[in-house]
Amino acid sequence: MPHLLTLIGVLVVIVGFALKVNPLLVVTVAGIATGFAGGLHPVAIVSEFGRAFTENRYMGLVWLTLPVIGLLERGGLKERAQELISRIRSATTGRVLLLYLAIRQLTATIGLTSLGGQAQMVRPLIAPMAEAAAEARFGALPDKARYLIRAHAAAVDNVGVFFGEDIFLAMGSVLLIKGVLDAYGIHLTPLHIALWAIPTAVAVFIIHSVRLMLLDRKLRRQFAGQAQHPETPVAGSLPNAGEDK
Amino acid sequence: MIRLEYVYVLAGLLFGVTAVLEFLDRDNPKRLRKTLFWGIYGATFLFGTLLPPFVTGCLVILMVLVTGWKDLGMSKVSTAAEPERRQSAMRLKDRLFIPALCIPFVTFLGTLVLPKIGIAGHPLATAGNATLVGLGLSVVVAFIVALWMFRQRFATGLHEGRRLLTAVGTVTVLPQLLAALGALFAAAGVGQVVSGLVTDFIPADAKFLVIVAFAVGMALFTMIMGNAFAAFPVMVAGVGLPLIVHKLGGDPAVMAAIGMLSGYCGTLMTPMAANFNIVPAALLELPDQNGVVKVQIPTGLILLAVNILLMYFLVFRF
Repeated sequence: MPHLLTLIGVLVVIVGFALKVNPLLVVTVAGIATGFAGGLHPVAIVSEFGRAFTENRYMGLVWLTLPVIGLLERGGLKERAQELISRIRSATTGRVLLLYLAIRQLTATIGLTSLGGQAQMVRPLIAPMAEAAAEARFGALPDKARYLIRAHAAAVDNVGVFFGEDIFLAMGSVLLIKGVLDAYGIHLTPLHIALWAIPTAVAVFIIHSVRLMLLDRKLRRQFAGQAQHPETPVAGSLPNAGEDK
Repeated sequence: MIRLEYVYVLAGLLFGVTAVLEFLDRDNPKRLRKTLFWGIYGATFLFGTLLPPFVTGCLVILMVLVTGWKDLGMSKVSTAAEPERRQSAMRLKDRLFIPALCIPFVTFLGTLVLPKIGIAGHPLATAGNATLVGLGLSVVVAFIVALWMFRQRFATGLHEGRRLLTAVGTVTVLPQLLAALGALFAAAGVGQVVSGLVTDFIPADAKFLVIVAFAVGMALFTMIMGNAFAAFPVMVAGVGLPLIVHKLGGDPAVMAAIGMLSGYCGTLMTPMAANFNIVPAALLELPDQNGVVKVQIPTGLILLAVNILLMYFLVFRF
């Protein structure tokens, strides 16, 4: 019978993350502690660790995109994206991200989740565009503001895909729901499940759009007084490893 | 047939090359430890299916120990300077977007086409693997297109790969480690303990409180496990079906769909969902590892409240 002691791993993670200890170490210690608390044999703990690590190798495939992205950055992709954005007079950080949110959520709704992603879209295109939109208006931004804009760019990708894909019938989450309920003798069609994901999808789009507009307002209030210097180059947004640090 | 294993081998080669480049860079601080880290990570991709799980487990623990108490830090890797990049952008103009768009486009095409076409009755990829195989194919295509279009050498591509991989740093392996932690949570029965705690606190006949407990429970449990899919079966078995559906007569489709989405609110708010929250922070070179989580928390909390209301007003109506 599992008991409260098995929650020790959760405690280790919370304390370790809060103290900013190397997260790899925290997670590994938490796993081993949980295994012992659950009464598993040490060999079984290590084996389970290895088995799950191998089974989830697919999570590491995202890094395959990095050589291409590195080449693109070397070729000036970000500079080009920034130039294009700064030519569109009405572009603001919030509007750029709002447009991406709408596209990301809609394409996920019809199952095209592979059309976006943090490594594929956000780092090479969306984050530089969002930064460039602000820099075209307000001139060079302090690091803190650039980091905030980048974090928002990443958030938009997550929000869009999470609450879009559940409307697509063949998606993992819809099939998981169906599978779990089937096991209890409740048989629903995927369409029926997907239908009830729509109200939340609409709600999150409204909520997050408002937040993006508030981000625009915040940037405007903070930096609107700052005159734009035409001779200042749109400062190279994402710093490359080794510089700007 | 293109097996998913080939794509893993490709990733293993990328990590292996990074290990070699880290080793050859004499001015690199903590050079040997970085070499060992990337080398072991590469080995788990190259030989993951051949090695017994116990051996992989030992390798993974060794890899973690190599990173030490405070992480390995970045390697300094040079790239084109800003004026040079600006000049290249002027020359290539919108052609620059072609390799960038190759990745999502070829992945998507692969997802659609690979399971349909086949040689001698065997499809090129199974439907379940098609997206990942498509991703592997897309990076190869995009890499070749980029080298050709930018007139760069193959070695430069690998050098750029190392630059970005080491910029992300040891966080690269965190999603897989967290998945392994989730597996140990499951093996030790953490799920039953958490759902037991939640059910203990619910007055079973107060409709609104049951809904709140279910939705908040889904979000909290997801934050602990880092994955709504792990929380869902446990919470549905513990609260959703016995209380909301059977006792109070709620609609199972509404309960399940909005319950899962309440879990996703949790996903937005936890560093445990590392591939969504920590990896982008590293990719975008944010100094605060939790920068993305912090931006997502307000949306997550407001949406959780909306979900509770939606479920309360919809689940007993249909």
